[in-house]
Amino acid sequence: MAAHRRMWPVLLSFLVALSLEVTPMPDGMTEARPAWLAMTVVFWAVADPRRYGLGFAWFFGLLMDVLKGAILGQHALALSVVAFIALKFRQRIRVFPIWQQTVTVTAIVAVYAFLILWIDGLTSDVSIEPERALPVAATLVLWPLLSGLFGWARRHLRVA
Amino acid sequence: MNLQPTDTKPLFMRGPSLGVRMLLIAVFSILLMVLDHQQGHLRTVRQALAVAVYPIRVIVDLPFTAASWAGESLSDRGRLLSENRVLRTDILIHQARLQRMATLEAENARLRALMDSSARVSNRVVVAEILEADLDPYRHRVAIDKGNRHDVFEGQAMIDARGVVGQVTRVDLLSAEAILISDPGHALPVEVNRNGLRTIALGTGDTSRIDLPFLPNSADIEPGDLLVSSGLGGAFPAGYPVARVMEVDRDPGRAFATIRAEPTASLNKEREVLLVWPRLTPVEPPMGTTVQGDPEVSPPLDPGEEG
Repeated sequence: MAAHRRMWPVLLSFLVALSLEVTPMPDGMTEARPAWLAMTVVFWAVADPRRYGLGFAWFFGLLMDVLKGAILGQHALALSVVAFIALKFRQRIRVFPIWQQTVTVTAIVAVYAFLILWIDGLTSDVSIEPERALPVAATLVLWPLLSGLFGWARRHLRVA
Repeated sequence: MNLQPTDTKPLFMRGPSLGVRMLLIAVFSILLMVLDHQQGHLRTVRQALAVAVYPIRVIVDLPFTAASWAGESLSDRGRLLSENRVLRTDILIHQARLQRMATLEAENARLRALMDSSARVSNRVVVAEILEADLDPYRHRVAIDKGNRHDVFEGQAMIDARGVVGQVTRVDLLSAEAILISDPGHALPVEVNRNGLRTIALGTGDTSRIDLPFLPNSADIEPGDLLVSSGLGGAFPAGYPVARVMEVDRDPGRAFATIRAEPTASLNKEREVLLVWPRLTPVEPPMGTTVQGDPEVSPPLDPGEEG
């Protein structure tokens, strides 16, 4: 059972999400970068909590810290909190209709964005602007698409 | 997400509960942040991880390199020829200016020798490429493709053809991170080229603007003045253009004038920047410090001549 589950599509999705976190965005869209990695963490944590749980989220968060030049542990902590919430409400998220699921994931990403902003504020000066909410809004739009894509991969590639 | 019979919740949890694990991870992360915030404790960890994520930076950058390469190899011959002609004229003009520079430099060295201060020497320069990667939209940071292996060091100055771009903040094995002079957390010692008036230029978060908040209303500064790096603070070599003053607002009700300047370097357009290695011979020995040995004969501490 568990032995037949493939791991590479999940790893690949994490790596792609990590790359998308630093890919240059079109002009004027830089502030609206969706929280790719947070969404990926939520999906796989709900799909296969025993493999892609806290530790996995933490490790990829650490890679993101290095990639973005942030303070080590910032994204690691925020992403493990994301995984924690997703795992806590896992049974409910799984059976939610898609719109309800989207709202829940958006709320989780809002917590994530707040944690990042908070740690930024503790370590350096930050300006709080309304644009800070754009990534959260982007999640609202993108979750149904991303969840559909991952769901397809999950069914056809037998990953989790 | 659809329900599958295989992934139901296990009846009995193994190991510590979710909450306990979260707590452990949170404590560990906070410890990590505290250690990292106090500079230098985790440098080796970060460098090792940076090598691991370097491929991601390169892959993200790849489409942009490919696009510029395709643009070059697919552009038509006529355009290349005309571009070539323009560049040739540019070189001619610059070489003519350089000839004058040579005599001026010799004269400068002579005068400085008369005044008993050591000569300014030309700096070693290497071209680095900015990796196309957005690090944080609220900070002006960039990643460059030169690192420890190319002798890049922390605090190193980064310039382009028109002026100062920023300085290196973190060095990994193959790449480095730099802060632009427009980052809100960046300050740069400058002087007015016209009269040598010294002050500090602060970044504003806007790539087309830096501020000079520490000049009194009576300061002799006008729109159009060129600001050059003063070399104080030791990070930047002296004499590179930084910005041009755009607006001076003297409000008698306030102690300091509001001065805005526009960086001369194109901070968000260039892909190529120059890294500068300063010679460690002091230009003018600062007061109150003793210079060990004769500055003229002390060996240059940089590892070689390249540019």
